[in-house]
Amino acid sequence: MNKFKLMLLGASSLMLSAALPAATVQAENLTIAFIDALSGPFAATGLGSGRELKHAVEKFLNGKEVAGEKLEVEFLELDGKINPKESLVQLQNAISQGAKYIFHNSGSSVGHALVGAINKHNKRNPDNRVLYLNYGAIDPALTGSKCSFWHFMIDANVDMKVSALVDEIAKDKSVKKAFIIGQDYSFGKAFSAAAKKYLADKRPDIEIVGDQLHPIGKVKDFTPYAQKILRSKADVVMTGNWGADMINLAKSVKEIGTEANIYGIYAYGPGVSAVVGESGIGKLSIVTQGHINPPNTPEWAAYTDEFLAKHPGNDMSNERTVYGVQMLGEAFVKAGSTDPLKVAFALEDLEFTTISGDKVVMRGKDHQMQMPLQVMAHAKDGLKYDFDQSGFGVITTSSIPLENNTLETSCEMQRPS
Amino acid sequence: MLETVIFSLLNGLVYGLLLFLLASGLTLIFSMMGVLNLAHAGFYMLAAYFAYTISLYMGFWFGILLAPLLVGVIGGLVERYGLRQVHQFGHVPELIFTFGVAFLLEEVVQFIWGRDQLAYNKPEILEGALFTLFGADFPIYKMFMLIVSVLIFITLFLVLKHTRIGLIIRAAVGHPQVVGMLGHNVPLIFMVTFGVGTALAGLAGAIAGPVLGTYPGMASGLGGIMFVVVIFGGLGSLGGAFIASIMIGLIQTFAIAIDGSLADVLALIGIIVTEETFMYDIWSTTMPQVAPLIPYLMMVVMLIFRPTGLMGARES
Repeated sequence: MNKFKLMLLGASSLMLSAALPAATVQAENLTIAFIDALSGPFAATGLGSGRELKHAVEKFLNGKEVAGEKLEVEFLELDGKINPKESLVQLQNAISQGAKYIFHNSGSSVGHALVGAINKHNKRNPDNRVLYLNYGAIDPALTGSKCSFWHFMIDANVDMKVSALVDEIAKDKSVKKAFIIGQDYSFGKAFSAAAKKYLADKRPDIEIVGDQLHPIGKVKDFTPYAQKILRSKADVVMTGNWGADMINLAKSVKEIGTEANIYGIYAYGPGVSAVVGESGIGKLSIVTQGHINPPNTPEWAAYTDEFLAKHPGNDMSNERTVYGVQMLGEAFVKAGSTDPLKVAFALEDLEFTTISGDKVVMRGKDHQMQMPLQVMAHAKDGLKYDFDQSGFGVITTSSIPLENNTLETSCEMQRPS
Repeated sequence: MLETVIFSLLNGLVYGLLLFLLASGLTLIFSMMGVLNLAHAGFYMLAAYFAYTISLYMGFWFGILLAPLLVGVIGGLVERYGLRQVHQFGHVPELIFTFGVAFLLEEVVQFIWGRDQLAYNKPEILEGALFTLFGADFPIYKMFMLIVSVLIFITLFLVLKHTRIGLIIRAAVGHPQVVGMLGHNVPLIFMVTFGVGTALAGLAGAIAGPVLGTYPGMASGLGGIMFVVVIFGGLGSLGGAFIASIMIGLIQTFAIAIDGSLADVLALIGIIVTEETFMYDIWSTTMPQVAPLIPYLMMVVMLIFRPTGLMGARES
């Protein structure tokens, strides 16, 4: 190529860019990282929620226009193995690849590690801050005593869920005795403490006839526990159990023939509803966020259908990923920037109507999303969306409005000036 | 109180017999080869998955019939083409080999069937309660498990005590070299014992899958308990393994039924424990929380006072 041609090329491209300044919107690259368990025993949960998150990011953030620039989102999926150490390594990895927003779902221990590391990072690197969007690590301390300006919880925390669970139980005046059972680790203990506190507040007449912790993931046969529940003549069983511990508890309680109903917060979803199967019908209620059956709005049904068509054989069970992403997009527009500091301020007290019609607020005081919760029953009939093509799923039976879920916070937020 | 005792007795028995199914094969393999088969619980899990898959196509009964056989064959092959090759290098490589197989089984199971719990269910004929005792239902399926386990125990006992094969196996347990010198094919005996042992574990897995859950974690922790059964009962002693299994089954069930802690015992003699008391965490731990520890405690005590185990004949 000779000099003349080069000059011509340069001149023409200059002319082109000069001629079309208004018509082309410049693209801005934005990197979002998802850190969760992508291998190991909890990979099914991690991969599932990651899939839903990616879909939402592609739909609502990719190509979104922010201050005249079109976002081009790069989505990183990093394996943190629900291990705080591994997750911190992946956080560094994400930051070095230019990620500004970190999404994470499971494991409160990981949540605490990420908050600590991000606090430090943002202090030391004011030009390169990151924001942590947490939609599943629901230890109340993360928006309480350990709250951080750089952390937002896009889910109801344990206290909120248990409070709502007790609200639901309190409605039934025939309930006289409650049995609390949980896994013997921080979460099970937090659940038990919250259950006792809210029962004492809301229905002091309900007698707590059992408060049992069992080794996590080690109990092969729940029959002795079920027998204890039977003997205690409990009307309701409250549990934070998840995974196999939840499934086997439900099966044993059903098998022994107690009248007690089980109230859980994780007793649904892919890999759970199908296995609980018949034993949960009429016995198992769940308090959680979002809508599954009925989908509540046509938009949410359409979105779910689109997701399922794109990912056949999978299920949609984490609605909060969708509005977490949408609210982030809203905050981008409000802040006119994707700078984490500006976006964090824009997210504070942001009110939003979710795709399924719920009104939610990201409370500025502690960055804890305030949201209505739904009571769902494990069911077989009348479902639009079941799990694992099993015919089993959940159906909303009642709603607990946002006002009833607003709890005090002990958060004393340190805000950057 | 009475209802708790009777019900715990029944449940403990069911769980204990299941443990026996698992441990009976292990104790024979262990005493014969001198190697603890760490993959034993893995075969238990594998059989539950096999039984599930077979039950999808041929029904539940073929599942629990074929799965143990399949697992037994796999077990025999593992011995023939794996363990036997490693044997010449001594016990430690053998132990490491079975450790590797255990890992492999767990990963293979997750690779093929995924990480979620499977909907492996009881057949309809075994659904429901057999009888109701003080308001608690005793499921038909538990009785089925009980009967199968007892039948296997009786069969094993008769085969070992009253047949020629049993005689040779018992001899090989105690003195493998002598049996070999007498012209018996000791490697073949090893392979068959390994196969039958894993098949028994497989049977346990296939019948436990529907009630205890079929998931990748179903074998976790069982390996340790089986080891306790073998040591506590005595090497190579089926009778010892039987008693030890039942004991562990009963103790674990009763420990959960009892709510007391050391603090309650101290309160009886007038010492009131509060949160300020020295070592409060230990005093306030309840029986159900320590239940999983008790079998190991039993093993330690047994090893101190009677290293041969309950009914074991030899010390090494």
